[in-house]
Amino acid sequence: MLDILKFPALRVQEFYILAGRALRNIVRGPHYASDIFIQMDIIGVGSLPIVLMTGFFTGAVMAMQMAKALMQYGAVGQTGQVVAITLVRELGPALTSLMVAGRNASGMASELGSMKVTEQIDAMRALGTDPIQKLVTPRLIATCTVLPLLTIIGDFVGIFGGFVIAYFVLNQAASQYWNSAWQALDYSDIAQGLIKPFVFAFAIALVGCYYGLTTTGGTQGVGRSTTQAVVVSSVLIFVLTFFITRIFVSL
Amino acid sequence: MSSPGQRQSVLRFERVTVSFDEQKALDDVSFELRQRESLVVFGAAGSGKTTLLKTALGLLKPDSGRVFVFGRDITDLKEQDLFRIRSNIGMLFQEGGLFDSLTIEENVSYPLENLNGFHLTEEERRARSEEALRFVELEHTLDKFPSELSGGMRRRVGIARAIVTEPKLVLYDSPTAGLDPITAFTIVALIVKQRDLRGAATVMVTHRYQDAHFLATSRYRPETDQIETVSPTDNDVETTFLVLRDGRLVFQGTLAELEASRDPYVEKFVKREE
Repeated sequence: MLDILKFPALRVQEFYILAGRALRNIVRGPHYASDIFIQMDIIGVGSLPIVLMTGFFTGAVMAMQMAKALMQYGAVGQTGQVVAITLVRELGPALTSLMVAGRNASGMASELGSMKVTEQIDAMRALGTDPIQKLVTPRLIATCTVLPLLTIIGDFVGIFGGFVIAYFVLNQAASQYWNSAWQALDYSDIAQGLIKPFVFAFAIALVGCYYGLTTTGGTQGVGRSTTQAVVVSSVLIFVLTFFITRIFVSL
Repeated sequence: MSSPGQRQSVLRFERVTVSFDEQKALDDVSFELRQRESLVVFGAAGSGKTTLLKTALGLLKPDSGRVFVFGRDITDLKEQDLFRIRSNIGMLFQEGGLFDSLTIEENVSYPLENLNGFHLTEEERRARSEEALRFVELEHTLDKFPSELSGGMRRRVGIARAIVTEPKLVLYDSPTAGLDPITAFTIVALIVKQRDLRGAATVMVTHRYQDAHFLATSRYRPETDQIETVSPTDNDVETTFLVLRDGRLVFQGTLAELEASRDPYVEKFVKREE
């Protein structure tokens, strides 16, 4: 029985050690600023098109579905409110993070995994560089910085997508939609919508890097690590969103 | 010329055991390498050859036993302290270990930028990198990326990167594996040249007897820029041979002792004259 638990317990321990060292390196030199900016470009600018597409169509679909449901209560005018609250609180952070997890956790795992199996990680250590300092910490800082920003963009584009449906399909007045959306949001929604992507960023960057750095078994191993990184980071996003929502609901 | 007994110890393993998932990769291994000496490690795939090199470099920690590098016990040293030790060790990785995203020049100058103790300007680093690449006859590849080079060329760049810091100890992990005989000869000739020109202690892991034999019986003469064959007994560069089997040291001795061995496993690595 204990033997079955030994392996997962070891993996969790390794993950926490990696996370601890990556966090400690944020305040300890040397700092690789250029690597942080390169990662911000890859994660932030690179993910922008899929975040825009996902946000817009999610908002549009939400507006169509909600308008249909609200019509039964004669409350079609509240479409903007429902779209805004759902997007800012839940769907914006979760969907944006899922897109970034699919794109970047896999990217990190495959890049670091390839470096691991071709002995580049060992070479890095042999040549005087801490791989966690050089590879993990910049990815962590970059993800934590750009994911909340991407979420803000995703939320806005989603609300705009809802507006397009409300205005052109449901023939609502523009002011009615935007007023309803704007007045529905309070500071706790904004806080919730920004804390979530910040926390998810840790899951995405650390899980991606962890699976990359623990890759074994050649190119086949790289494929396996990539898949595991996407699956684990995506599931973690759902688990974490549950707990964060639970905290905010009980406040 | 100092006698072997007076030479400084460069690398010493004392009853070192390294395990992965309860499988012993190195099992109670002991040996010593002194200044200007060479060590050749034979063994089948999975016998612990690469583990031995990575343990010597401090990349792997032994489960038991002690590892001494330049007389200092590195067994329990932290990574930051190991960087100081590693600035005197060069290593050629089996897969080359070149960074895909960096040019050849950046790869070769990487240790000069990142290892402790090298306070060089960009021009000095460039000059040192060019010199190391000239040594392996690849000075024309400065701005290329590793993916643009052949396997043998990548191995030679790996050698340039290993020696650019002029280390006192150079570790070569299967430097000729997967290469054609001509390229393999070029690589071993470079290893001999590097050893005799700079007087560095050399550890070469291989499963090719001809490479090990060449290393033990060849000397580079700088005055003629030629490699000459010498008798292993004439050679002031002493070469010791180790044979690993499933992580255990089953042979340790000179070339003559290796060739005289009648151990069936050891014999597999020796190509005798008919």
